[in-house]
Amino acid sequence: MAWLVLVLLGLCAITFTLSRVVPGDPAAAYLGPRARPEQVEKVRVQLGLDRPLPVQFVFYMRDLLHGDLGESLRTHRPVMVGILGHLPASLELMLSAIIIALLVGIPLGVLSAKKENTLTDHLSRFFSVANVSLPSFWLAMIFQILFFRWLGLFPIGGRIDTVVSLVNPIERVTGFYVLDALMTWNWPALKSAVAHLVLPSVTLAAYPTGLISRMTRSTMIEVLREDYIMTARAGGVSEGEIHFVYALKNAIGPTLTTAGLCFAYMLTGTFFIELIFFWPGLGTFTTNAIYLNDYPVIMGVTLLMAMLYVTVNLLVDLLLAVADPRILLG
Amino acid sequence: MKMPCNERLGKRDFYKRDYLRGMNLILRNPLTTFGLGIILIVIITALFAPYLSPYPDQGRGFSNLDERLLSPRLKHPLGTDNLGRDILSRIMYGARISLKAAVIVVLIVSSIGVPLGLLAGYLGGKVDEVIMRFADMILAFPSLLLAIAIVASLGPNLINALIAISLPWWPWYTRLVRGQVISLKEMQFVESARAVGASELRIMFRHILPNSLSPVIVQATLDMGYIILYLSALGFLGLGTQPPTADWGVMVSDGREFFLTQWWISTFSGGAIFLTVLAFNLLGDGVREALDPKIRWKFQRT
Amino acid sequence: MATENNNVPVLSIRDLRTYFHTQEGVSRAVDGVSYDVFRGGTLGVVGESGCGKSVTALSILRLIPTPPGEIVSGEIQLEGQDLLGLPMKKMRSIRGNQISMIFQEPMTSLNPVFTIGNQLSKVFRLHQNLSRKKADKKAIEILYACEIPSPERVMNAYPHQLSGGMRQRAMIAMALGGNPKVLIADEPTTALDVTIQAQILDLILRLKKEFGMAMILITHNLGIVAKGAQRVVVMYAGEKVEEADVSDIFERSQHPYTKALMNSIPVLGKRTKFLEEIKGVVPAPFRFIPGCKFADRCPEVIAQCLETRPQPRERERGHWVACFC
Repeated sequence: MAWLVLVLLGLCAITFTLSRVVPGDPAAAYLGPRARPEQVEKVRVQLGLDRPLPVQFVFYMRDLLHGDLGESLRTHRPVMVGILGHLPASLELMLSAIIIALLVGIPLGVLSAKKENTLTDHLSRFFSVANVSLPSFWLAMIFQILFFRWLGLFPIGGRIDTVVSLVNPIERVTGFYVLDALMTWNWPALKSAVAHLVLPSVTLAAYPTGLISRMTRSTMIEVLREDYIMTARAGGVSEGEIHFVYALKNAIGPTLTTAGLCFAYMLTGTFFIELIFFWPGLGTFTTNAIYLNDYPVIMGVTLLMAMLYVTVNLLVDLLLAVADPRILLG
Repeated sequence: MKMPCNERLGKRDFYKRDYLRGMNLILRNPLTTFGLGIILIVIITALFAPYLSPYPDQGRGFSNLDERLLSPRLKHPLGTDNLGRDILSRIMYGARISLKAAVIVVLIVSSIGVPLGLLAGYLGGKVDEVIMRFADMILAFPSLLLAIAIVASLGPNLINALIAISLPWWPWYTRLVRGQVISLKEMQFVESARAVGASELRIMFRHILPNSLSPVIVQATLDMGYIILYLSALGFLGLGTQPPTADWGVMVSDGREFFLTQWWISTFSGGAIFLTVLAFNLLGDGVREALDPKIRWKFQRT
Repeated sequence: MATENNNVPVLSIRDLRTYFHTQEGVSRAVDGVSYDVFRGGTLGVVGESGCGKSVTALSILRLIPTPPGEIVSGEIQLEGQDLLGLPMKKMRSIRGNQISMIFQEPMTSLNPVFTIGNQLSKVFRLHQNLSRKKADKKAIEILYACEIPSPERVMNAYPHQLSGGMRQRAMIAMALGGNPKVLIADEPTTALDVTIQAQILDLILRLKKEFGMAMILITHNLGIVAKGAQRVVVMYAGEKVEEADVSDIFERSQHPYTKALMNSIPVLGKRTKFLEEIKGVVPAPFRFIPGCKFADRCPEVIAQCLETRPQPRERERGHWVACFC
């Protein structure tokens, strides 16, 4: 636990250092090009930039603990508000992606392990390697051309059809369009929201699916070699049950850990996916900030995402302890 | 003082035998050979781009505004981009950037990561703790995110992008080397070296270091694919190579404007990234399988 | 083959051949083995590691992994019913039900992420179609029968929380749950502490009598054979070399290999300088050997042994030997 605090502290230190490495004067950037020297000086004092670095870090930490990540250079609105406002859209995307990745990746891995070294196995392994090698931004564009331009099956981007959002606007409950539409029985909006969710989440799910299926396959292969599988077979248990119950429960650990690591990928992957699919989430928020050199936003997002990542991994560790009785009771 | 003979025999001989047997096993798998083939093509293209590419000037960045946005045809097999430059040539020149980047990043990462891992593993104690804690802190960040933040702070150009990719990457190597060193330092040949009077420094560099490099080399080769992927991601965001230099990621981004109609710009450049990364991954899988003793033992007890 | 009270074989194996196809060649793990197991009897199968005794047992239940392995030919019958041609679904209803098997390593033979109770009651749920509650009740009963103290606690325990001896008892309970006709015990005590070995063996023999099962007791330990078996089959390099009543095997063995085995048992009280050993090594299973597989180590070898393979012949009543001597 103390270790966790240390890590978080370290994260803050790193982001703080980065934000002070920025070329140019943050105060001048804050005011814009037409500011006069006295104004810049005033803002410098205001922002605490005239104090020695360690003091600045203390102020930084203090602000952090109050949830203050600074203000956007562009809009002058608090970074935290911007992040929180854009967060649900990204979360909806990431959750859909990880669900798809687990639902496709795990059975694929189990099947591949079951039919080790057959054509099915080789094909699915190739599929997994390909998934892991795809640049997400490229895949997104290919999907757009394929499914929007040529096949006309899915929309090119956005979260919801503009017409639908005007005629059947979604009541905001959780910020998740699909959930909210479902909860308020808003069928046209639900249809539109789901249709818009498909391409982006499948694209984001590609890399995790590949990783998860590879990990599941290799762990399953090892588990299937174990003696207790032989015992179960000698007892007359069916093959299906052996693979998906007896073996999988043993193999699921590393797969879950991998899923946790995928979260890191998805945090950054979402930048590209949102950019290409015009998805109004954290990624779009941050990429705009990158183009405009809006450092407080960039640093704030980095810090927050890092903290989120650490938390998710912690949760995964807890889940693992539940799934494998040896960890808790051992 | 010369070291006694028997010390030289150590894990180095083991690895040599394994390499030869491994090469045989690697080449047996068609997918791995395919990956190796693609990588060789990329390397040759990168080295000889000025001689191989049909329009080297355009590859380097000179525009040809008469032939903008031409679809793939005999004269331009992969089409031209919005400045009339031949895509095939640009992709070939892009290979130079990608490979250069991969090699440079590997060098930077190794020069930071390996010595730190050596120190942490060999000296142990407080040194080990400090180094590993620092490494873990960096690893707590999603690496691409950290890279983006670093480039955003330093300013977008290729060199900063390479630094930005290297900084989140070195901790993996530190961990890798540290693990190796820890298992090596308990071995007999270290005892005998000490008994003969070698200094700690000498033991570290002359005995332990060479023997712990093999997994690093393997890992570095496999990582090259991902380094290229990261660089192209940064390029796509405009945070890496700057125009007019040909860079696959930048090309994909450039093509985005015209993507729905002039699809060839982004498709082929992105395809180059995909194939290269795929090739490295296939090679990596093949190498890993070839060196894994467990997989070769299919026959169980009687 | 009758020297039993019952002339009816429960299980009969005829000319079984199980081969493994590997990169190094074809390994003839079981190369023409035949024996019978009688109702209520105990058949000990002895031999060195790698002689094929376990593979024969796995072949009975068709547990041989089929990409490298293959039951090439032969017949296996359970009370007259052919097993090798049975569809897998029917085979699965025989496993753990009419024929059960316990394995050597209790440490690794139980699934670490499920409780003992879960794994044990599975047997009852699967083969007797009982509800969860009823199955759990029966599980507790059988744990009692296996001399496990506080069965309720053990039901909720995980394998790693139990000692080796307890785990083996749990395995025995699992095997007995379906009230099988035949119990195959593959080196059931080898991996246990010496002090526990006798306990477990006694338990198995007692339960066998109570449940009225036939048993195949596979071991390389001649002491266990002496204690537990009524008839003994001696195997070497995938073949049966001798079969007889247990007393005949120990006192009047006829095959040179068996004789050498008996000679190598150290006798309490007799002081020797060296332990007797059998010179040479077991032939690699990939080599095809035209004649007798023991020929290169046999002190009584004659020319015919190198050319033709000796088949088991009934020399005396109930005593079969595969030798030209």
